[in-house]
Amino acid sequence: MGRYLLRRLLQLVPVFIGTTFLIYALVWAVPGDPFAGKCGERRCPDQYIAFMTEKYHLDQNVFVQYANYMKNLLQGDFGQTFSQREISDIILTSYPNTLKLALVALTIEAVIGLGAGVLTGLRRNGFLDNLVLVSTLFLIALPVFVVGFVLQWLLGVQWGIIKPTVSSEMRLSELIVPGFVLGSASVAYIARVARTSIAENRRADYVRTAIAKGLPMRRVVGVHLLRNSLIPVVTLLGTDLGALMGGAIVTEGIFGINGIGRQVFRAIVTKESATVVGIVVVLVLVYLVMNLLVDLLYAALDPRIRYE
Amino acid sequence: MSDILVSEQSAPGTGGSGRPSGRLLEVEDLRVEFRTRDGVAKVINGVTYHVDAGETLAVLGESGSGKSVTAQTIMGILDTPPGFVTGGQVRFHGKDMLRMSNEERRRIRGEGIAMVFQDALSALNPVFTVGFQIAEQFRVRRGMGRTEAKKRAIEMLDQVKIPNAKGRFNNYPHQFSGGMRQRAMIAMSLALDPEVLIADEPTTALDVTVQAQIMDLLAELQRERQMGMILITHDLGVVADVADRIAVMYAGRIVEEADVFDLYAKPAHPYTIGLIDSIPRMDEKGQQLRTIKGLPPNLMNIPPGCPFNPRCPMAQPVCREKLPPLLQVGTARASACHFAEELVNRD
Repeated sequence: MGRYLLRRLLQLVPVFIGTTFLIYALVWAVPGDPFAGKCGERRCPDQYIAFMTEKYHLDQNVFVQYANYMKNLLQGDFGQTFSQREISDIILTSYPNTLKLALVALTIEAVIGLGAGVLTGLRRNGFLDNLVLVSTLFLIALPVFVVGFVLQWLLGVQWGIIKPTVSSEMRLSELIVPGFVLGSASVAYIARVARTSIAENRRADYVRTAIAKGLPMRRVVGVHLLRNSLIPVVTLLGTDLGALMGGAIVTEGIFGINGIGRQVFRAIVTKESATVVGIVVVLVLVYLVMNLLVDLLYAALDPRIRYE
Repeated sequence: MSDILVSEQSAPGTGGSGRPSGRLLEVEDLRVEFRTRDGVAKVINGVTYHVDAGETLAVLGESGSGKSVTAQTIMGILDTPPGFVTGGQVRFHGKDMLRMSNEERRRIRGEGIAMVFQDALSALNPVFTVGFQIAEQFRVRRGMGRTEAKKRAIEMLDQVKIPNAKGRFNNYPHQFSGGMRQRAMIAMSLALDPEVLIADEPTTALDVTVQAQIMDLLAELQRERQMGMILITHDLGVVADVADRIAVMYAGRIVEEADVFDLYAKPAHPYTIGLIDSIPRMDEKGQQLRTIKGLPPNLMNIPPGCPFNPRCPMAQPVCREKLPPLLQVGTARASACHFAEELVNRD
């Protein structure tokens, strides 16, 4: 187990370098002039451009720039924006908000998706099953911004049940609707995967054994059936956290949340490449760590998987 | 039509329907059909058998003869749909289980009637330790605490002769060998000291050398605990040593029921004769193995008359017209063949 963990951690290194380099190269390959519009209506003075070019090694090739960037990054230095703001500050203020939103979304996914999946998997072709199948198809088909705007308008504006936007305190109660919007498509996928998994395992021999042992139905389903059916669901949930954080941009925009989506969007528009790279690099880390966690969780859920 | 079949299929020794007969477990005129998209398969067509405390009934038959489905119906683990019970009774201590509430029935499982399955690898839950799955019986059904349940579970593992039971407690099913796994399965089914044990082809998935050990173990435990045992098998060789009585099934019916010695000495049904003849024999080495020609009938379309008639070497015109009832021949044995008397009385 220890050796497995070490090997997996070492595997993260090339993946991390590869992905970050790709991001770095892509961001710097975006055409356009970072100094366009930086100095108001006028063109920026040549002196300023020369100074900034020198400071940020803008005249070097992308490999050298990347190497410099990584060197600083490993010392915890994400660099600064062109207006001298520390990028680590931006990351520190925006990441917790997005993480909170994503975790709320993930919880909603787990509870609603798994609940719906279990109920429908046990009773296929019933009324509830059809209801869930249709509504999940609906959620999958609708783009997030439609779900977001419709709910914001209905619940926030028409009925006044929630505040249309989230305050800067990011209270949990405020995050429920945005969390549902963010997780709406995933909730549908989770429900469907859980339904299939439950329905498949429902007829498994070991479930029959559990019934033959005279265990109460609650225990047969809640312990024997669920534990086996959870395995694919956990994979989906674990890898989804990264996707939720990266995909939060639309939801954050709708509900006015100061998260990484908004920061990345702003940075892309203003050509603050270092900010874009900084935020995305952290996102890559989230993905990698979650993937590792899912793999480790696998072993906990299914002892047949051996890590040597 | 079905009324006629009910009376025709009554086996000797069983009481009439509903009357308490003092039997431990009796199946009477059980009928089960599988409703599928392609049609209705009549899987069990009036099975009647019983088992008493301390005796072993072997249920013999080819795959698809309905022996496992009968067992599943007794346990209440028949997959519905597609399986539906359309008639008959399953009485435990004289009480019809098919008319009990779910809760009442659940309590009988494991404690009154327990079951050992064919393939222990798939029948044991892969994600829980063997110990957990045995201790679970004590914890859930007997309300024992963790430590006590564990102690009892280790005792059970000991009883089925698993070496180093204590150390094996925390192993997962996939860490056991096939034979050990089946032993663990037996330990689990016997945990609550059931009165009846149904063993559904308990040795089919095992190596030949291990088969004998498992059969010996089952026979020994059955004797010690004076359980009634229903041993489902298609292997005549397995049966001879352990069974007291044998019921032979064909196309969802009992075609012959007899004491184990009578059945081997003088089978009273052509199908049983065919089965016994198809056991490979050492003194006929080098010759072609004998088989029963043809295939079991399609259960969606069972031929009229005796269901065995298309394969029967003795078939007469009457066999294609009239379904032979399971009738007593001589003493304490029954056969569903028009020519049962002739078969019993031949030299």
